[in-house]
Amino acid sequence: MQPLLSCSHVYYSYHTLQGETPALNDIHFQVNEGEFVSIVGPSGCGKSTLLSLLCGLGSPESGSVSFQGRPIDRQNRSRIGYMLQHDHLFEWRSVWKNILLGLEIQKKLSEDTLLEADHLLKLYGLYPFKDARPSQLSGGMRQRAALIRTLLLHPDLLLLDEPFSALDYQTRLKVSDDIGSIIRSSGKTAILVTHDLSEAVSLGDRVIVLTPLPAGIKNILAVEFPKELSPLERRNTNAFKDYFNQIWKELNPCEP
Amino acid sequence: MSHETISAAQAAYLQSHKFHKIRIQLYRVGILALFFILWEASARLGWIDDFIFSSPSKLIMCFYHMTKENALFFHIGITLFETLASFFLVMACSLFVTILLWYSKSLTETLDPYLVVLNSLPKSALAPLLIVWLGANYKTIILTGVSVSVFGTILNLYIGFSEVDGEKIKLIETLGGSRRQALFKVILPANRANLIGLMKSNIGLCLVGVIIGEFIASKCGLGYLIIYGSQVFKLDWVILSIFILCIIAMALYGLIRLLEKKCRITD
Repeated sequence: MQPLLSCSHVYYSYHTLQGETPALNDIHFQVNEGEFVSIVGPSGCGKSTLLSLLCGLGSPESGSVSFQGRPIDRQNRSRIGYMLQHDHLFEWRSVWKNILLGLEIQKKLSEDTLLEADHLLKLYGLYPFKDARPSQLSGGMRQRAALIRTLLLHPDLLLLDEPFSALDYQTRLKVSDDIGSIIRSSGKTAILVTHDLSEAVSLGDRVIVLTPLPAGIKNILAVEFPKELSPLERRNTNAFKDYFNQIWKELNPCEP
Repeated sequence: MSHETISAAQAAYLQSHKFHKIRIQLYRVGILALFFILWEASARLGWIDDFIFSSPSKLIMCFYHMTKENALFFHIGITLFETLASFFLVMACSLFVTILLWYSKSLTETLDPYLVVLNSLPKSALAPLLIVWLGANYKTIILTGVSVSVFGTILNLYIGFSEVDGEKIKLIETLGGSRRQALFKVILPANRANLIGLMKSNIGLCLVGVIIGEFIASKCGLGYLIIYGSQVFKLDWVILSIFILCIIAMALYGLIRLLEKKCRITD
């Protein structure tokens, strides 16, 4: 089976007048359709840079990224959805107008897409806030609105760049459970970048562990839980603790 | 959220708020009334020379005579036209140039020193040159009005444009949007408050520029009336024109405030 996304021996550096900073060092992995892959690594190791390259916002210095069997260009880039660290809902737009932003940009506004937007708002409990301003929503609701904005474009691949990092711990648990379940139930392929090991293990089918800057792949770990468990329920299993400890040791080899 | 009944405490709060607003209005009108009464009394009691300082009653008479001759509204109309023309030109040019600067980093880096120098230049120094190039007519006056605020507006607007969170632009890119869409969906809406703020200051600055222009290169308008009045010692004309300028400045500012409110309502 052809992988949905293929990242082959990717190298990338930042260039400033002060010198060159290598950010990615021989990143090589593949993601299959329907898979949820978590990428963990220390803060500032180049995780977000990797995600930007995966959705075609930049080009690798060497190596290649291909999506659905061909290099990423303007056309297939629109098949990739991206959730940023912050929801970036625009305060000058209502929640309804915010979720339609992607459709407006891709000129896909139609009666059908509007009906779908309406349906998703109802499904994720945001319908009563349709005409509200983003500032009237809680952190979790804002993230759900951002997810609807992304899902309405029917992306074949979802890239999640620490989308829960701006939330407080309790909301974070709830929202990651919500969003993880939504993505799984819709059968989407997703790549989540995070520095939170629990999040990576509870949401992913595989966890890619990165080294500190420049980021290279230290290990790729398959994570297996019974299918019916939600991300929050996964956290209560013994397997979760084992996976967590294993990744912890990968990231902190000197500690006992 | 609307409630059909309000509590006694809320009613008391609303009442005190209403009284506070009325009190402030009364203070404002009171200061103006006191000023006019003192001025009139001083002139009548001979504390000041009403030939130089005029008086409210003389101004009313002057206003009556000038209105009867249809002269005053003609001058007001000319100044208003020139001010509004300068204002629209300033806003349109500034927005256009700032968008170009935002599109091209190289252009911004190239033009930066020129904009800084042109902004610092005393614009009244340009007026004599403009008279020679364009003639003593409304074009010179409008251009003087434009020159007073256009460079500062470009610099301020560009700062506003470049301060928009880069992640918001990244969001548009991730949704498959172009730079043009980033401009219309993020940059311009995010700078709406900045634009209205600049409009508020520019409407006043354009009036200043137009009056400078009329001082130097005009045969009509309130600036001309002020300069001509001072030359022939018709100081009533001068002071009346200054009062009218105050009213025009307030009315134009009020117009922008109205626009601001309208923008908020249609959000």
